[in-house]
Amino acid sequence: MQYLLFLYGDEDAFHSLPDEEQARIVGAHQAYAQALSEAGSMVAGNALAHPREGKIVRDRLGAAQAEDGPFTDAKEQLGGYYIIEADDLDEALDWASKCPAAETGTIEVRPVWRIA
Amino acid sequence: MTPNAVTESARATAEAVARDSYGRLVAWLASVGGDVAAAEDALADAFVKALEHWARDGLPEAPEAWLLTAARRRLIDGARREATRGRAAEEIARAIEEAAADDDARNTIPDDRLRLMFICAHPAIDPAIRTPLMLQTALGVDAKRIAAAFLASPSAMAQRLVRAKRKIADARIPFANPDPQDLPARLGAVLDAVYAAFGADFDDAGGARQPFAEEALFLARLAARLAPDEPEPLGLVALMAFIHARAPARRAGGAYVPFDAQDTTRWDADLMAEAEEALGRAAAFQAPGRYQLEAAIQSAHVTRRMQGVDTREDVVRLYDRLIARAPSIGARVARAAALVAAGRAPDAISALDGIPPSKAATHQPYWAARAEAEAMLGLASADDSYARAIGLSTDEAARRFLARRRGAARKGG
Repeated sequence: MQYLLFLYGDEDAFHSLPDEEQARIVGAHQAYAQALSEAGSMVAGNALAHPREGKIVRDRLGAAQAEDGPFTDAKEQLGGYYIIEADDLDEALDWASKCPAAETGTIEVRPVWRIA
Repeated sequence: MTPNAVTESARATAEAVARDSYGRLVAWLASVGGDVAAAEDALADAFVKALEHWARDGLPEAPEAWLLTAARRRLIDGARREATRGRAAEEIARAIEEAAADDDARNTIPDDRLRLMFICAHPAIDPAIRTPLMLQTALGVDAKRIAAAFLASPSAMAQRLVRAKRKIADARIPFANPDPQDLPARLGAVLDAVYAAFGADFDDAGGARQPFAEEALFLARLAARLAPDEPEPLGLVALMAFIHARAPARRAGGAYVPFDAQDTTRWDADLMAEAEEALGRAAAFQAPGRYQLEAAIQSAHVTRRMQGVDTREDVVRLYDRLIARAPSIGARVARAAALVAAGRAPDAISALDGIPPSKAATHQPYWAARAEAEAMLGLASADDSYARAIGLSTDEAARRFLARRRGAARKGG
C-alpha cells in the first residue's frame, strides 16, 4: 500500500536560516530517505522550489489560464513530499513521525487511492 | 463565597478526587458489575452530578463516598432497565446493592485497581490496546491525549477502546486475581503494558519523548504496593525511576546530552533513592526477572558515574542474563552498545551481525550502536550507519547529536 506524505512548513523561515542549519536539515532528509530506501519503503521523494516559483492553472469557460501562485496567507506551504510503501496506516504514521519535517512543520499522510 | 467561587471549589475538589481515586472507583464499580464501560459511564455521570450538587449544597464530608453512591445508583438503574432483557441484569443490580452494603459496613472502598489492571492486560485483549486501556480505566486519561501519543486518530483510538471494553463484558473476563500458577505471566503482561506507557522505545541515545512517564510510574508503584509478594513490580519501579530521574539532565538548551556527559547534580535525588531502595527490596526475593535485571543495569551505570567505579563489564554480563531470559532485539542491541562502551567494538559488530537484517532495517538504536562501533574502529562504513540512525530518529535533539558524532567520525577517519 502506498502513502503520500505531504510536508508542510514555513518556506520563508527555512530560507532565512543560516547556511549550515539549512545544510543540516537537508542532511537529515537525505538520511531519512536513505533509511526509507534501505528498509525497502521508499517510492519517491522530492523537495519543492519556493511557492513563488509556482504557477496555478485553472480551466475556466474552456480556456486554460496560468497565473502566478499559489498565494496563500497560510503560514505553512507545501514544501516537499515522500511517497512510501507501508503495510498499513500505523506503519505509515510511524515513518511520518521519523520525518525531519515533523519537528517544525506538519505532515499530512494520505493513502494513495488505487484505481483498479 | 461567591457563587463562582463555590463552583470553582466544587470543580477543584472533583478534580482532586478524580486524580486520586478515579481508578479505585472504576475498579470497584466494574468488579461488581463486570462491565468496565458501564462503570466508567456511571462514574462520569456521577462527576457531572457532583459538580451540580457540590456547587449548590456545598462540599460533602466524604467526596469519594458521595461519588461512589451516585455512580452505584446510576449503575443499578442501568442494570434494572436492562432487566427486562434478562435475569442476569437483575442479578447484577442485586450484587451491586449487596456489595455496597458490605462496604458501607466496613466504611472503606477496597482498592481493586490491580484486578482492573489484570483485566486490561488479559490474554484475550489485544496487546496493542492494553496500555491505552489501562491509562484510561485506571487513571482516567483522556482518550484524545492517548490517541496523540500512540499516533492514532482520536476516533480510531476511541473505537478501539470501546471494542476492548465490549470484549471484557461480552467475554465475561472475570474480575478476579489470576490463579497462582498463572500469576507470574499475568503480572508480566500488566508490567509490560505499564512499561509501554512509559515509552516502549525509550532509549538514552534516541531521546524519545515520554508523555506518560509520570502515569507509568504511578501504576508501577501501585502494582508494587498491591502485589507485595512479587519482586518484578519493584524491579519496574526501580527501572523507570532510574530513567526518569535523569530526565532533567538529558537536555541542555534543547540539545541531547548523552549519559556520560550528564551533569549528575541535575539528576533527581529522590527518584534515584527510590530506585535503589526498590531494587534492593526486589533483590531480597532472590528471584531475578526481566525488569530487575534492567534496573540492575541502570544501577551499574549510575554507580560508574556517581562513584567512579568501572562497571562496564558488569553491564555486559547483566545484558547476557537479560537476553537469556528475554531475547528481544532491543536487549541485543543494547548489549552491543554496552560492548562498545567497554571498548570491545569488534565484539559489538559481530553481535550486531547476528541480528536479522529485516529486524534491523528500521531499528534506530541498532544503527546508532553500529555507527559507534564502526567509528571506534575507524571504518568508513560508520558514515553510512550514522546516516541511517539519523534517518530513523524521531527526535530533533537525537538527530543533531548523531550528526555531530558523524562529523567527528569523518574528521577522525
